Order: sequence, then C-alpha cells, then structure tokens
Amino acid sequence: MTPTDLAVHCRDLTKEFGDGADKVQALRGVDLEVRAGEMTLLVGPSGCGKTTLISIIAGLLEPTRGSVSVLGSELGKLSPRRLVAFRAKNIGFVFQQYNLLPTLTAAENVAVPLLIAGAARRGAVAKARDLLTSVGLGERANSLPSQLSGGQQQRVAIARALIHEPRLLVCDEPTAALDAHSGQMMMELLRRVAVQPGRAVIVVTHDNRVFGFGDRVVYMSDGRVEKVEEQKRAA
Amino acid sequence: MNWVALRMLTGDRAKYIGIVFGVAFATLLMAQQASIFVGLMRNTTSQIRDVEGAGIWVMDPNVRFVDDVKPLSENDLYRVRGVPGVAWAVRFYKGLARARFEDGNFQQFILLGLDDATLVGAPRDIVLGSLADLRRPDAVIIDEAGYRYLWPGEELALGRTYEMNDRRAVIVGICKASPTFQTFPIAYTRYSQATQFVPNERKVMSFVLAENDPALPRDEVCRRIKEQTGLAAMSSPAFAQLTIDYYLKRTGIPINFGITILLGFVVGSAIAGQTFYMFTLENIRQFGALKAMGVSNARVVGMVLLQALVVGVIGYGLGIGMAAGFGELMAAVVKTVPPAFYMAWQIPVLTAGAVGGIIVLASLMSVRRVLVLEPAVVFR
Repeated sequence: MTPTDLAVHCRDLTKEFGDGADKVQALRGVDLEVRAGEMTLLVGPSGCGKTTLISIIAGLLEPTRGSVSVLGSELGKLSPRRLVAFRAKNIGFVFQQYNLLPTLTAAENVAVPLLIAGAARRGAVAKARDLLTSVGLGERANSLPSQLSGGQQQRVAIARALIHEPRLLVCDEPTAALDAHSGQMMMELLRRVAVQPGRAVIVVTHDNRVFGFGDRVVYMSDGRVEKVEEQKRAA
Repeated sequence: MNWVALRMLTGDRAKYIGIVFGVAFATLLMAQQASIFVGLMRNTTSQIRDVEGAGIWVMDPNVRFVDDVKPLSENDLYRVRGVPGVAWAVRFYKGLARARFEDGNFQQFILLGLDDATLVGAPRDIVLGSLADLRRPDAVIIDEAGYRYLWPGEELALGRTYEMNDRRAVIVGICKASPTFQTFPIAYTRYSQATQFVPNERKVMSFVLAENDPALPRDEVCRRIKEQTGLAAMSSPAFAQLTIDYYLKRTGIPINFGITILLGFVVGSAIAGQTFYMFTLENIRQFGALKAMGVSNARVVGMVLLQALVVGVIGYGLGIGMAAGFGELMAAVVKTVPPAFYMAWQIPVLTAGAVGGIIVLASLMSVRRVLVLEPAVVFR
C-alpha cells in the first residue's frame, strides 16, 4: 500500500471524557488505517467508541492521546482555523438525523458545502440539481425536507456530502432511521456514487444487514479495534 | 452564507413573523409610552411655545414654572423697557378664570391677556373669525379643542356668549392652540379686557414679554434685565426648560411614568430577547451541522448577527411606525381633549438604541451557545 492509498492513519488513539470517578474512556489505543477507494465499515455495539472515533477522524474532536493523519495532514498540528478549512474542503458528512436545514429546499441544502467554500449561489444550486438527479431525486429538488420521506432526506444528505467532491466521506449510521429495504437501497447508492478512486468512505453502523457493502469491516468493542475483516467484492 | 442565514430566518414564515412582531411590540411599548410622557411634559410648556414674536419672558424671580404666576407691578414693565438692549416690552396676563354659561354650567378657563396695542402673543392659526376682532368690546378668541369640549358635536360658530367675573364675553374667533397640561379651554383677550374678566387685584400683570435689540445676544439682554431690575428674565426655550424641570423634580409624573416606561422596556426586552434566543436555540443543531461541515465560528457569529440585524431593523421599523400611527390616530379621533403624544426625535433614536441593545444581548447569549457548541454534537 502506497502512502497515497492511505487516507486515514490513526495511531494509538485514546479519548477520555470527564475527570476522576466520572472519567469515561471512549477509545483505548486505537490503531486504524483507512484506504482510499474503499468503503470501510466501523461496526460494533452501542457505546463501543465508533462515533468518537469518526468524530476524531473528521477533526470534530481532539484525542486525549495519540495522533491521526487524514489525507496526509496531521490533524493535531493544524490550527483551529486551518482545521475548519480542511474539513470544509476535504470531508463530507452524512449524519444519522440528516441535519438538513428545514427552511431550505433539497437543492439548496445540497448546495450548502459549495456556499461554504464561497461559490456563487446560482451555480451551486444548479450543480446541486444535477447531483440530486444522479441520486434519483431530480423531481424533488424544490421540496423542503419536511416534504420528503426519511430515505429521500438521507439521499439529499448524501448528495450534500458529495457535492464538493471530498476525499473522505464520513457517514454516521446512515441506515439507522430507515427500514430494511430503504437501508439496502441507501448502501447501494453510497457504493455507487461515493466509492471512487481517491476517496475513502467510512460508514459507522451497527446494522449487520449492511455489512456486506463494505470493502473492509472494522469490528470495535469497548473502545478498541477487535478485528479487521477484508471482504472480496466483485469489480 | 448570508443567504443561508436569511433563509434560516425567513423560511418558517410563522416563526419569522412572530420574532419580528416581538421586536415590533417591544418598540411600540417603549416609543409609545415615552412619547406620551414627552407629550405631557411638552404640554406644560404649550403657552410658552404658542407665544410668538417675543423672545424674552420677564417674571418675578420666584416663579418656578409657567403656571406659577407671581404678579408684577406696572413699574416693572417700565423698568424693563429702560434696560439698554431691550427693543420693546409689553404686558402679558396669564391666569385662570371661571366662566359661567347660559345653562348655568361653570368651566375653568386659561385666560391670556395680550398687549392691547400690539397683541403680542396672539394665536397664529385662526380657524374662524379674525384676530382684528379681538379689539371689539368683550371679545375673546377661544381654542378649537376648548370649543369642541364645551359644545361637543356642534359646528364652530362665532357670537356665542358666556360670562367671566360677571362680565360678558363674546367669542369673535376660534383658533388652534397647542394642547395644555391642564386641558382647560383657552381664552385669548386684550390685556385690559382680561383684567375685567378676573377679580380685581392690586397687581395683575403676570409677565413682561420683551424682545432684544438684534445687535445684542438674547442671553446678554436677559442678564442685563436681571441685573438692573432684579426680575428673572429668560428666553422662551429656557423658560420652557425651567417649567419642565419643575414638573420633573416636583411632581410624581416622572416616577409614575418612569415605572411604566421601564415596564415597557422590561416587557419589550423579555419578549424580543426571549423570542430571538429561542429561535437560535431551535436552530442549534443546524448550526452544529454547519460547523461540522466547515463553517468557522466567526462566520456563524456573522450569521446570527445578520439574523438579529434583520429582525431588529424590520421589527423596529414596524414598531416605530405603529407608535407614530397610534399618535396620529388618537389626534384624529380625539378632538375634544387632544392626547398628550409627542414623538421627539430623541425617542426613535433612544428606542433604536434600546432595541439594538436587546437584540445584541439576545444575540450574544445565542452566539455563546453556538460558539461553545461542539460540532461533534451532530453525531450524537
């Protein structure tokens, strides 16, 4: 594996919350590598540290100890300002609760990362419409989130996460709020539109019905990586 | 991102209108109460403001406000006329007279007696009749609001008579006059006539109205009058201020109104601040998502402040408009006792400052919540 294939490299990551008797150790020395061009699933029971780990990888949390390198940058060495800019440019997010802005249409929501990057609104929304078409929501581009089903909202969230062509996509339980069928469709969509050469996709899930979609499955338990399974997929 | 901030604000129409009207009503409360207070204070000086042509009021040095009349002697008039720098000086009577009407009713009047020769201090806006008719025997000109109060619903008409001090008074004119603090009708007459309309006293002259030589500053002439006669002399604005100061210091009006205005500010602040704060809190998760996606803290603060600015400007504009509309409406509807409502330019300015303060405070509280928000909250 060449350094350019390695999108994320975590070394001895430890994260503690609270002090004294209230101290909780969410991560206990995690070592992990995530490759570009692959979908890596982080799986495990609730409270095992999956969400803490992706929060650190995404630069939203600082580790108590250890280091994390994302796309060749040591996150701990970036100033807060550069870290924010790094996130805006390189990382896409898909949240469990979608977190779409309720007063913006689907297309406008998708355009938000481009607006954050300083793009002109008209062009950003036009690009967002094209992307919505590619995720099968071209007809609903002008709908508000409240007018969309859960699955449709999650597809809007995926389009939003991809519109600025990030090199790392972080998805937190993207199927948790969906029924089994919709969950399968969502993972198929993610594989189809998100997994590309040069882009790493990390999906946190505890839904074992979607484990088959990952190129690698990282099993976590009690703040540690238990095992990593490589999965053969048809090209 | 400004566009996103505005869409977040205006996207939910009901909530947006609620916030704007919260600010608007806060503004209305403050501006309207303050305007009524200023209107009341202004009414105390209406007879000073209505006297045109004379820039200097000369009075007994113990006079504390315009209605605190301490009569002067005729000699005082001649002494004032003798002060170098005084261009001219005339008598002026101001007092209360009791009028009796044909139906046996009594009514207190504010009686103003103007210099017979010059009619200095005469009303400037005659609605019916003529100022020249004031020279006729027993003639009085009364103010329109007083007329409508005495004869409600009746057309304005000249020739009506009533009695003051058992002397017949004939209405020869009807004029506009600024609303008074006491809300009594105002009767203008000649000085010599006024002395007949009130019980006889040794000294009847209330004030000397004077004008300075244009070559000398008014304040300098006032100083000379004071020095040479021992009387108090001041310009119209200074006398108006003396009167207002008296009411502010010696009556319960400022305290009582101050409480009302303060309540207006507190209630208004609570409505506007709470509404805007709640709005930001409701959007806290959205702000968290934006921060996770790479929006800097400074940008988020900018977004919240922009929302506050828009809400503040629109709410303030509506509120000031409603307050001004209230004043206009009351003036149009209530003809007999014109409401004490005066929106001095300082009121919109101070209200804008207060509303701005409220919004900034609410914004800062909201912003603080947004700034301390961990973007990782979006994963929980």
